[in-house]
Amino acid sequence: MPKWFLPAAALCGVMFVASPVVIAGAPYESTMGLVQKIFYFHMPAAVMFLVSAVICGVASARFLFRGDPAQDRLGWAAAELTVLFGIIALVTGPLWARKAWGVWWQWDVRLTSSLMGWMVAVAYLLVRKYGGPGSEKLAAGLALFGMANVPFVYISVNYWRTIHPTTSVVPTLPTSMGGPLWFCFATFLLLLVLLLRLRVRLGEAHARLDALHLALDE
Amino acid sequence: MWCLALALVAAVPAGSVAQDQPAAQDEFVPISELPPQDQLPAAPLLVAAYAFVWVAVFAYLVSIARRLRGVQQEVERLESDLAKGRRT
Amino acid sequence: MFLRGVWLVVRKDLTVEVRSREIAYTTLFFAVSCVLIFAFALVREGRAPDEAAPAVLWVAIAFAGTLALGRTFERERQAETLRALLLAPVDRPAIYAGKLLGMMALLLAAEFVLVPLVALLFQAPLLGHPFWLTGILATGTLGFAAVGTLFAAMLVRARTRDVLLPVLLYPITVPVIIAGVRGTALLLEPELDVALLRFWLALLVTFDVVFVTLALWTFEPLMTD
Repeated sequence: MPKWFLPAAALCGVMFVASPVVIAGAPYESTMGLVQKIFYFHMPAAVMFLVSAVICGVASARFLFRGDPAQDRLGWAAAELTVLFGIIALVTGPLWARKAWGVWWQWDVRLTSSLMGWMVAVAYLLVRKYGGPGSEKLAAGLALFGMANVPFVYISVNYWRTIHPTTSVVPTLPTSMGGPLWFCFATFLLLLVLLLRLRVRLGEAHARLDALHLALDE
Repeated sequence: MWCLALALVAAVPAGSVAQDQPAAQDEFVPISELPPQDQLPAAPLLVAAYAFVWVAVFAYLVSIARRLRGVQQEVERLESDLAKGRRT
Repeated sequence: MFLRGVWLVVRKDLTVEVRSREIAYTTLFFAVSCVLIFAFALVREGRAPDEAAPAVLWVAIAFAGTLALGRTFERERQAETLRALLLAPVDRPAIYAGKLLGMMALLLAAEFVLVPLVALLFQAPLLGHPFWLTGILATGTLGFAAVGTLFAAMLVRARTRDVLLPVLLYPITVPVIIAGVRGTALLLEPELDVALLRFWLALLVTFDVVFVTLALWTFEPLMTD
């Protein structure tokens, strides 16, 4: 493990534990009420979901065309984190929507495309686990197609939803990001980097194990 | 209102927020102005969301730690086997 | 050279299929069973819910397509002919294109039966605008088959190919299904919304172009051991 890992992990742990306190200290939102505080975890998780999905797609493309096994390990690690952060975003979102909009789920464009992206990541992991030999290329191809798919899901759902008259109003309000939000954002970013490093390490250990098995067979 | 704005900003990258109001109304009605029977207790939802985040992250950490330990033990075992094999 | 390779692969597949007709018959029977199950489930007192017909049609196409894709490559695998095919002095993309065209022919033939059946059982005037319907069906099927052929070819070596094919295929083909269902549903409206129809068709064509290009481009590295 690199030298920065342990201090960074300690810092991340402290920040993660401190985050509810920081969030509790954030100004109470009068219109949304208490439930608005879900947002401090929801939004960073959702952004990390996107970031890890992009990492997975880029690493897969590089693996596919250059054949570098390190990129493959990175892609696999990023896919697992996509599933992790995706499930966090997809669970916290409805919990908030239930209170704020009275429904658990809407086939809104962002929800639908997130769900599809998450399903592609789950499919990636299923392929890696049950695909047998040669599955790393298959998974990389899936990640590549999954990335190319996102704009299509976005456009199609967006158009399909806007055909029907919707009563949704997006109030254009001035936006200012609060300190607690950036705090949570930094925590989640650190968490992503650390988990990614840890998971890549697991991939490296597996590669070492395979090399040893080969050496023993000889 | 700024927190509501934040909430809507969340929708942009997040992907888990729908801005739908009940079909009958045309304008945005803040939650606090809804009739009382429409209001849900927020605390259980909040607690559930936070608990889920914690459980998910820790479950993943435990899973990685277990897998890593298993693989490392296996690597050590094989390395010692290899070393023995070389000596004999 | 490329086109000749494509033609040879298509002809080979069609010859095998015409001799046994295994995949055509099983796929068609499966698709018809799907439609019947939906008819039992949805049609109440002789009336089907509005907009059920396009959904049923596309679900049947997607399910039957998955089955046909699996079978086509399973046949190649059992006879160990895929290896021979890949060793043949033909461009890899030509093999993919040939397989894709064969799959398209099969699925379009199945749709030829499915569309009247769905129109009949769900009392939907699907055949009111045959040109638009042909356009949507052809582009939608091409998009579905383009992704499906690539994944089915890659999965040939995988142990669990039967389950993994739908797992991979459905999340990726969601836009095709949405556009297909929405476009077909527009045809059932009393007044044809041509602008919207053009949009769905354009989306399907763009999807086809992007995914066929991507598949031709990645087929070579993906199928190399």
